Amino acid sequence: MSAVQSLPLPHLLRIYALDAYYEFLRVLRTPGAALPMLVFPAMFYLLFGVVFAGRNAQQAVYVLGSMAAFGVMSPGLFGFGIGVAVDRERGVLTLKRALPVPPAAYLLAKMAMALLFALLIFVILALLAVVLGGVRLAPLQWLGLLGAMLLGVLPFCAIGLLIGSRASAQAAPAIANLIYLPMSFLSGLWVPLSAMPHLLQRVAPLWPAWYLGELSLRAVGMARAPMWPPIAALLLFTAVFFALAVRRLRRSG
Amino acid sequence: MTRNASTSATDASVAAAPAMLHAVRKTYGAQRALDGVDLRLARGQLLALLGPNGAGKSTAIALLLGLTRADAGTVRLFGADPQTLAPRRRIGVMLQNSALPDTLRVGELLRMTANYYPRPRALAECAELAGIGDLLPRPYGKLSGGEQRRVQFALALCGRPEVMFLDEPTVGMDIAARERLWATLRALVGEGCAVLLTTHYLEEAEALADRVVVLAQGCVLAAGSVEELRARSAGARIRCRSALDADTLRAWPGVQSCACAAGVLTLSVREPEPVLRRLLAEDATLGALEVRRAGLAEAFAELTREAA
Repeated sequence: MSAVQSLPLPHLLRIYALDAYYEFLRVLRTPGAALPMLVFPAMFYLLFGVVFAGRNAQQAVYVLGSMAAFGVMSPGLFGFGIGVAVDRERGVLTLKRALPVPPAAYLLAKMAMALLFALLIFVILALLAVVLGGVRLAPLQWLGLLGAMLLGVLPFCAIGLLIGSRASAQAAPAIANLIYLPMSFLSGLWVPLSAMPHLLQRVAPLWPAWYLGELSLRAVGMARAPMWPPIAALLLFTAVFFALAVRRLRRSG
Repeated sequence: MTRNASTSATDASVAAAPAMLHAVRKTYGAQRALDGVDLRLARGQLLALLGPNGAGKSTAIALLLGLTRADAGTVRLFGADPQTLAPRRRIGVMLQNSALPDTLRVGELLRMTANYYPRPRALAECAELAGIGDLLPRPYGKLSGGEQRRVQFALALCGRPEVMFLDEPTVGMDIAARERLWATLRALVGEGCAVLLTTHYLEEAEALADRVVVLAQGCVLAAGSVEELRARSAGARIRCRSALDADTLRAWPGVQSCACAAGVLTLSVREPEPVLRRLLAEDATLGALEVRRAGLAEAFAELTREAA
């Protein structure tokens, strides 16, 4: 994974584009793996943001913010975590490394898919929130929420990549779930942190999902904290996990 | 011939070799995969890398593809480090245990791979050369093992490579597919493409190789043309039914060994003609006669036996 890039830019872009297109076809042809990522946030929004919220307009907005964060954790964690573990185990990555293709093409293709899923989740949640939850946000707020979700995809792509670089194909789904569910809970995406024990509130800043939740709740007007610290934290998490994963992939292939 | 021939290739001519290993060592944990190996692949040459399992063949290829780094020695692909992208744009690859995405169709895989190269072959030409025209619309995962191998071969040649690395390319192929691959390889080599091929099938090396390198336990045991390696082995093998018994024949001059199984005698001889003349003269009832020059298989068996 240490190829020196020496391709003319148009050719490089053509490689990135076509690899992303074929990654898209792969995802499209295995809907069983992709559907849960879209269905779960929608289902939980219906449950907590519509059914349980009743006439509580605040809750419909709050759950939109927290489910947006919950939703965009999975494309990275599972898309990368399972996808890379399988490709690594079956030798797909080895062949890619022997071929004259920059390693970034593989990663960018997968990342593009994760971003696409974030966009889909945004659209689904927004439709449910507006139509069934009666949520009304200013255009800038919607934009802010989308921005938070697209940014929030990145650290989880990096964590997924780290899982995929180490775990076997069989273990990867379990590991991704073991990170996904507890972390989303501990970050206050299920139950607001204010309703949790003091200790859990104190350690919440350890979890990347907490910053993502802060950002998306802020976007929908449910938090007042400044925007830049969580953005910086998410970028930092991305860089650290990505570096760890790449170091591992370089060594083992 | 073994060591000298290969180490003498480390001088000026090396610079022009598309692919070479020089004094390369590689260990995986406690296991020594390659122990001071020299290898040089020339333009338009088909070099067959032979050796028992674990001899280091796949490690040699992995080093030349930049998949792993040597502990010591020099690895060069077109004079450059194979871990960089530029030299790899001039090669084609067929690995042993590498799957491709099951849900992509063959035509899509070809387009994706060809897209990595600066001057790829047209899709139809790749399909024709590898004999996969009928497979193009089918998902890769639905193909048989032999069909998947053919697709991988098409991917290896789609970039119009100057060097191809083929790690046991014909495993799982039926006879027709194998002959077709051989014919294509001969044509490509004729056009100046160099090929480094590992195989367990000695007849494959015999049919294709300009040069054979035998590896065992991470060392080069022998290197040379098929003819040269054959010459290292006993001259010929004679089989026949005869009234003469094995013990008598063993005493004849020029007979190295003689065995009798199910009434058929098998003799190893240095020169077949004098022994044949005497056999026919002494036994008028002699029948089922068969004479065969010792092949690469015998030479290989002898070489690896000596090493073990």
